[in-house]
Amino acid sequence: MATLEIRDLHVTVEVENGTKEILKGVDLTVKQGETHAIMGPNGSGKSTLAYSLAGHPKYTITGGTVTLDGEDVLEMSVDERARAGLFLAMQYPVEVPGVSVSNFLRTSATAIRGEAPKLRTWVKEVKEAMERLNIDPSFAERNVNEGFSGGEKKRHEILQLELLKPKVAVLDETDSGLDVDALRVVSEGVNRVRETGEVGTLLITHYTRILRYIKPDHVHVFSGGRIVESGGAELADKLEEEGYEAYTKGGVSA
Amino acid sequence: MAEAQTIPVGSTTAGQIAVAAESTVATRMSAPPSFDVADFPVPHGREEEWRFTPLERLRGLHDGTAVATGEGLKVEIQAPEGVTVETVGRDDARLGKAGTPADRIAAQAYSAFEKAGVVTVPKETVLTEPIRIAVHGEGGTAYAHQVIELGAFAEAVVVIDHTGDAVLAANVDYLLGDGAKLTVVSVQDWDDKAVHVAQHNALVGRDASFKSVVVTFGGDLVRLHPRVSYAGTGGEAELLGLYFTDKGQHQEHRLLVDHNTPHCKSNVVYKGALQGDDAHAVWIGDVLIEAKAEGTDTYEMNRNLVLTDGARVDSVPNLEIETGEIVGAGHASATGRFDDEQLFYLMARGIPADEARRLVVRGFFAELVQQIGVDDIEQRLLVKIDEELEASV
Ligand SMILES: Nc1ncnc2c1ncn2[C@@H]1O[C@H](COP(=O)(O)OP(=O)(O)OP(=O)(O)O)[C@@H](O)[C@H]1O
Ligand SMILES: [Mg+2]
Repeated sequence: MATLEIRDLHVTVEVENGTKEILKGVDLTVKQGETHAIMGPNGSGKSTLAYSLAGHPKYTITGGTVTLDGEDVLEMSVDERARAGLFLAMQYPVEVPGVSVSNFLRTSATAIRGEAPKLRTWVKEVKEAMERLNIDPSFAERNVNEGFSGGEKKRHEILQLELLKPKVAVLDETDSGLDVDALRVVSEGVNRVRETGEVGTLLITHYTRILRYIKPDHVHVFSGGRIVESGGAELADKLEEEGYEAYTKGGVSA
Repeated sequence: MAEAQTIPVGSTTAGQIAVAAESTVATRMSAPPSFDVADFPVPHGREEEWRFTPLERLRGLHDGTAVATGEGLKVEIQAPEGVTVETVGRDDARLGKAGTPADRIAAQAYSAFEKAGVVTVPKETVLTEPIRIAVHGEGGTAYAHQVIELGAFAEAVVVIDHTGDAVLAANVDYLLGDGAKLTVVSVQDWDDKAVHVAQHNALVGRDASFKSVVVTFGGDLVRLHPRVSYAGTGGEAELLGLYFTDKGQHQEHRLLVDHNTPHCKSNVVYKGALQGDDAHAVWIGDVLIEAKAEGTDTYEMNRNLVLTDGARVDSVPNLEIETGEIVGAGHASATGRFDDEQLFYLMARGIPADEARRLVVRGFFAELVQQIGVDDIEQRLLVKIDEELEASV
């Protein structure tokens, strides 16, 4: 069973006047089949955690370990991490001019699966996945994320999630910027992947809204660059009522 | 300005659309077109038509100091049966009919060449194989003139390949009879030191179609000036261009489509990728719709993809319209970057870095390459693009 283990992770970024530590000792274990929600205020370091796991070059790991099934993730390049089974749905997906969605998806699937998918079944697979996510077929010929609305970008991320079938999926604010209909469609996509029981999901969010559609097994409160409280789904209800104030004002553990 | 508002226009970076009573395309030049080099002052670099070009790298082509070496440039022509290939003297009546030199180097080339090449496809002859012209430099300096003439309803594909090392100034004339169809692919695959300056003049006959494909990879300095005008109504011109500008290279493409005849069409698409320090691409797209050219339909576009820091693009589309009675006129120019965030995104989907870069560049050029319509050239270009990318890593 695939397991992502994050131990005492410390991460810095270069800012104008020097180096700033953003992650200050993150500990978390995500197992295949589990869903963890990470909730926290703006600027608490949630995206930094997501990018660091994926290997974004802007973030420097200064301490701690990350392993996937015992393999050292931090030693891997960005593409190796993806091929090892890590997937990051980005808060702000990037536009890639000149590359069509269909070409992108196929190249990516070929890289992840280790061989080019058979054309016949692939075309069908993509078409059906797009239909389920209410993505118009014309998007296949558009350039990746170019001119997509916020909601379209997010659905495109989940399309990739469905096609690439990772072991661990990190979803960074996939819910933000979505109206209720889009939120439902996207959540259903995530749930389809979860129902296979083969993916561990790390759902990063600012709001509890998405947790009505995607039920987490564990909820973690993230503040000041670390997890400050963990609990079950009921913790989300508490956050819904009380907000993050208790955590940001130096209450629990800051 | 009333006419201008009815014109569909794409996005513009540096360009302009002028609705003018009189053309400024001509008045922007330092002298009117002429066959005589003495009619042009020696450029000093601030003139409109020279301001992007590093004169010191022209090896004297612009100031009369470049002396022809007599050898060091080989031209081999392979033509299918039915095609006439001649070498003629300066006084041959077919020379200079398609257009007049527009700047000092074109006039220098016209004033200095000794023998010209003339390739003729007789009327109604439809070739199934391309005419291939191999221009290979062996370190020489040369002035050249080439004419390619198609009789009425003739159809041909011409591939002109430039390789090796040379300092070359040339004029190439394309004469299309009524209803003729000519595709010319000019590949500049020079070695690193070559300097190549040329004016291409196409005179498109009534109902004829002309397709020019300019592909520039090599050279230290390449400056090409494809120009089109029409000899009768119903003519069509498609000007496609692809360049891959590397470290230190200067590649300049200046186009003029002169809609001097009613009911003609033109479509210009140039795309370039740049990588490395001091890679410099210049694209000037002049389209002039003269007052008498009603029913004109024209579109021009230039797109650039900058792959690394240190490269520079100057892109100036310029559309001048002297009549409102047209079908359509538009232009677009855009320069985009392949940046670290795009690379990260593709890699985060399992795609290795070199493949990610290839994906982006191939994707960028793909549509254009498919429009060329000459199979072996398309294949060769894709291979060449990959080679260019590999050289960069
Ligand atoms: N590349 C960067 N350069 C400079 N500062 C950064 C960078 N990335 C993150 N930071 C800073 O680190 C802190 C955490 O940012 P991060 O984006 O991880 O927060 P977040 O929890 O995802 O916030 P949000 O809810 O707004 O998405 C912020 O103060 C942010 O300004
Ligand atoms: Mg964030």
